[in-house]
Amino acid sequence: MPPTEHELRLRERLGRLRNLPLLGGARISGELERLQRQIERIGEEATDEEIWRKVELARDEDRPYTLDYVERLFDDWFELHGDRALGDDGAMIAGLGKLDGRTVVLVGQQKGRDVHERASRRFGMPNPEGYRKAWHAMELADRHGFPVVTLVDTPGAYPGVFAEQHGQGAAIARSQSIMARLKVPIVACVIGEGGSGGAIAIALADRVLMQENAIYSVISPEGCAAILWRDAGQKKKAAAAFRPDAVHCRELGVIDEVVSEPVGGAHIDPDLAARLLGQALRESLAELDGIPGDDLRRRRRARFRSLGVFA
Amino acid sequence: MAKIDVSVETNDQPTPPPSHPNTCPSCHSHYRDDELEKSQWVCEQCGHHFPMRARARIASLADPGSFAEEATELHSADPLGFFDLRPYTERLAQAEMETGLADAMVIGRAAIEKRQCELAVMDFAFMGGSMGSVVGEKFSRACDSAAEAKMPLVAVTSSGGARMQEGILALMQLPKTVAAVEDLHDSGQALLCVMAHPTTGGVLASFATLGDIVLAEPNALMSFAGPRVVQEITKEKLPDDFGRAEQNLRYGQIDAIVPRPELRPTLSRLLRLFDAPN
Ligand SMILES: [Zn+2]
Repeated sequence: MPPTEHELRLRERLGRLRNLPLLGGARISGELERLQRQIERIGEEATDEEIWRKVELARDEDRPYTLDYVERLFDDWFELHGDRALGDDGAMIAGLGKLDGRTVVLVGQQKGRDVHERASRRFGMPNPEGYRKAWHAMELADRHGFPVVTLVDTPGAYPGVFAEQHGQGAAIARSQSIMARLKVPIVACVIGEGGSGGAIAIALADRVLMQENAIYSVISPEGCAAILWRDAGQKKKAAAAFRPDAVHCRELGVIDEVVSEPVGGAHIDPDLAARLLGQALRESLAELDGIPGDDLRRRRRARFRSLGVFA
Repeated sequence: MAKIDVSVETNDQPTPPPSHPNTCPSCHSHYRDDELEKSQWVCEQCGHHFPMRARARIASLADPGSFAEEATELHSADPLGFFDLRPYTERLAQAEMETGLADAMVIGRAAIEKRQCELAVMDFAFMGGSMGSVVGEKFSRACDSAAEAKMPLVAVTSSGGARMQEGILALMQLPKTVAAVEDLHDSGQALLCVMAHPTTGGVLASFATLGDIVLAEPNALMSFAGPRVVQEITKEKLPDDFGRAEQNLRYGQIDAIVPRPELRPTLSRLLRLFDAPN
């Protein structure tokens, strides 16, 4: 069978990638090996239409949210509401629970299910208080040696007047800074929309996972289209240009693993989606078990410091 | 919801372009190039701070002849084969030609009033100062260079946010630069950040706000989402100084506003304060 136009485009791109010196971490972990894997994955890679379908699935109103997974995966769940400063941000969930009998701290954005809840949770777009709530929970985990699990599901940080006045940018920076300092294992999974700064604020982890139909991007397809094409209607073109899908993110080394979903998407069978996610979280936490805190932290920083491609 | 743009990339331009780049947009005084150079691109009539290019900034801060540039070999690649209305490679080539820079950040060793430091200076003229892999890598190397040489890092920012054309890898420059700052902090060296107009999106949400000291130039816009997006979402009338340095100071987000002519002596004083007693 002759290669499709899509495949040709991919091969050309991989050829270009191969001629570039990838950054430090890529060299350490075997640049050639990674590129070889990329070539093997060509067949798996999504077409433009499939990419748009993933954007739709990631935003599906019936898709399981953070609390749907908490309910199915954690025992003795206890939610922490306080940021100890200003307020309880419904867009960000934090709490303690038992995963396989072991206490973990969970942090994640929460979209709302009905109109009222969507408004009160700002569609999962946190204010600075939300990030402060997350810091508080993560620092608690560090003091007590609890691993941290984060579930990422946000269109982005909330672009409000109050949020800006109270340091939205600094809150996102500080959240990452705290994650770069923790000496306990951190596993992050993008479970829906991994929208720009609002997402990375809770995703500086030792292992970064992504569900099969989740998206992770620097900007929304609509936002990118509005700026670069000067027409938000070109959103499909924009999504195809930056490819926010999980396979592409893995190809670039941004995520470590793609977590399978039930056929048709997580919303078709939330119980099965939760079992698959739970399995992936357990495996990742097991891999990090027993690594001394200083090493974990050093490797975590090195992992992120290696990301980037230049000539 | 789908229409909301809450990305780290914003459209905010430094200032609505005046009829001529040497005309002050606030009082309309007009200057020759040499006059602006002499006044460090500050309007002598009203104090407006014109955008300052990276090389000019370095010349205004560093002792004459003290600057030794590092990482000059780094150039942006096109990891996604990104093509919007124009290919990314073409935008890069144009920016390089127009600015004479390899990318939106210049780093190197310098002395400020005889105190050694590492400098990392951004240039808004290069693709809106956007942060892609090269900016992230240069900042990261500047942190290492400062840590190794046991001297503070002075960073001057001016950026519209993450560089969309590098997709998710642009977003990854946020945690990358944050991790580099943490390594610098652990080495015991100080990070002094100066935000020039505008510092928005991904640069604000990473290293720019993590300085031991955070300074801003007068009237500099320092906003994560930018006034345009906030206005669109909230439909509120925004205060006149929304997101500006003065508002950030009032709300406790920064340590001080420093007019450009006072920046060099201020940094010099801070470098003395952070200097370990021998
Ligand atoms: Zn003026």
